[in-house]
Amino acid sequence: MYEYVGLIVLFPLIGLLINGLLGRKIKSEVLVGTIGSAAVGLSFIVAAAIFVDMLGAAADDRSHVVTLFTWLAAGSFKVSAAYQVDQLSILMTLVVTGVGFLIHVYSIGYMHGDRGFWRFFTYLNLFIFAMLNLVLADNYVLMFLGWEGVGLCSYLLIGFWYDKKFPGVSITWTGDAANKAFYVNRIGDFAFMIGMFLIFKEFGTLTYYEVMDQAEAVAVGDGTMFWITLLLFIGATGKSAQIPLFIWLPDAMAGPTPVSALIHAATMVTAGVYMVARNAALYALAPDTMMIVAIVGAVTAIMAASIGIAQNDIKKVLAYSTVSQLGFMFLALGVGAFTAAIFHLMTHAFFKACLFLGSGSVIHALHEEQDIRRMGGLKRIMPRTYWTFLISSFAIAGFPPLSGFFSKDEILWKAFADASPILWGIGAIAAFMTAFYMFRMVTLTFLGEARWESGKHPHESPASMTIPLIVLAFLAIFGGFVGVPAVLGGGNAIHQWLHPVYFQAEQIMRLPEHHNHALEYLLMGISVAIALGGFLLGRNMYLKDPEADRKLMKLGVLYRVLANKYYIDEAYDGAVVKPLVKSSETLLYRVFDVGIIDGIVNGLGRLATATSSMLRTVQTGIIQNYAAVLVLGIVLVLGLIILI
Amino acid sequence: MIPVHYYLIVSAIMFITGVVGVLTRRNAIIIFMCIELMLNSVNLTFVAFSAYLGNVSGQIFVFFVMAVAAAEAAVGLAIVIALFRNRQTVNINEINLLKW
Repeated sequence: MYEYVGLIVLFPLIGLLINGLLGRKIKSEVLVGTIGSAAVGLSFIVAAAIFVDMLGAAADDRSHVVTLFTWLAAGSFKVSAAYQVDQLSILMTLVVTGVGFLIHVYSIGYMHGDRGFWRFFTYLNLFIFAMLNLVLADNYVLMFLGWEGVGLCSYLLIGFWYDKKFPGVSITWTGDAANKAFYVNRIGDFAFMIGMFLIFKEFGTLTYYEVMDQAEAVAVGDGTMFWITLLLFIGATGKSAQIPLFIWLPDAMAGPTPVSALIHAATMVTAGVYMVARNAALYALAPDTMMIVAIVGAVTAIMAASIGIAQNDIKKVLAYSTVSQLGFMFLALGVGAFTAAIFHLMTHAFFKACLFLGSGSVIHALHEEQDIRRMGGLKRIMPRTYWTFLISSFAIAGFPPLSGFFSKDEILWKAFADASPILWGIGAIAAFMTAFYMFRMVTLTFLGEARWESGKHPHESPASMTIPLIVLAFLAIFGGFVGVPAVLGGGNAIHQWLHPVYFQAEQIMRLPEHHNHALEYLLMGISVAIALGGFLLGRNMYLKDPEADRKLMKLGVLYRVLANKYYIDEAYDGAVVKPLVKSSETLLYRVFDVGIIDGIVNGLGRLATATSSMLRTVQTGIIQNYAAVLVLGIVLVLGLIILI
Repeated sequence: MIPVHYYLIVSAIMFITGVVGVLTRRNAIIIFMCIELMLNSVNLTFVAFSAYLGNVSGQIFVFFVMAVAAAEAAVGLAIVIALFRNRQTVNINEINLLKW
């Protein structure tokens, strides 16, 4: 069955070609939307069939490489368009196509009446195509193609409403936000490429399994491994919005909400997590990088969560929440809990997609209102949106037995047991903040009195939007049962499933087995208490007084720092962007470009003109001068002939 | 019999006269005549050598030269007339369109 993996990638490509080439001609929105959704839906069916087939196979017979054609060949260097079908990539494919399909369906309702309807679906299909290449590739080059492809789609879709204003630091239009995302990602991609070059230099190949085979001979703590993994991780911080390159993600909310759900929450931003997880064996060889990954992840988690508390734009809150959850995933990767990271990636895709789509439903109903201070009382009007949003909020806050509880708790437990209680502490505080800001948002949006401007008549969204919400809410509830830990009597199926992929990494790291069940129960209890505390605080505070932010404002400077996102945008603007623009303008443009480059070119021109103006006086136009020269020449030649 | 170098000296004088005329005179018709002078000095050389060597091919050559010179005179004078019609002058210093 796995030979059909090419079809998974082919369907979105067909959808993209049909909608891209003919979309403008197709007048029916339903047809365009159906083509776009069906392309992804068919991919999902094929992926599911392969998955079922794989379930039937023996554990060590689940990884296959399907080569389609040779892409590049230069001497001994060969790159194939080949797909690696294994436990990890099929899981990612299912998440991408499954959640992607639901979001495509949702978009039919959400984008109704937009003049770029067909363009939107073309970009979405292009995105799915690139993302599938990213997760299925069997080598770094094809992965990089997908990596850049999703970056391009992110750019195109952030700036989708290119004539719309979008406020931000040094940002006026949505296009500026798109540029920001693109530039920041370039920094990460640069590091990623250097990492790739280093891998080639070290191993002479860029195919995963060949690299991993050779990596077995490398000693733990090898210097080159440190740099390779660190550079790849910097690439991941760009794509997956971690410190120091996370600043683009909140501004990426300029795009339409389905885009935020698909690209900037469920799939693309997890590409970095997937990439690190795919290279687990290399990371296991570089404990120093692992520590950096864990610390960056933990700090990002708490920092973004704290910013989320003080935001009033519903999508901004969710954006910082995404950054924070991605931080959790990197924390898991850093402490060596690769399966936990992928588990959280999956559950996060479910509940965060649901949250984003729910916020889109609210924004849609309130005619582009995004400020949660001007919402409220939507519970009765939009019951389906409310309930799905609420369920997903419980899931992200970590209420048992919803999916977020299992995945987040496993991360925190692994951080405590395999790394240090400090990382656990940071994670736990971030989890508390998560619960708090989520229920602050839920309360302000759906509960209490209606605070929106009179004249607006909110309504429940159409079925094409609510059905995906309901499906995602179900996944948010039950998605966690694939990873119930042993102490709760579960088999941790996802861990068993992914185990062969991480066998090599686990061999290298040799993490101890933990049998301290009392401690695990205790930490689990603390997690639940934290979630409950955040929930009660957030709900009660804002239910009593929708303007309870005033209480937070008493924190003074601290609150202003949070509300202004630690002034990081301003700091980068002052430290990097402004000097860069300034030096480009003065040094590069005026001195180097105008002075030196233009000087050389114009100087050559002037030299030619000057010499010509001297030489041209030879051409008198008087025929006798020419004749005289002619005669002189003849006399000279004759004289020479005679004399010699 | 007059020795051949007498003819050659006359021919050379005629040729030099022609060259100097071409180089120094400004009137197109006079330049034209000077060119004819040069052609005729060559003809004289041909004939002189023909008689001296007792070979007629030199004289046959002279006929060719005269025929070409006649054709050239017809074309050349036509050009001079066309020039005069255009510019009301045959002074070649004023016909310097080839200039930069």
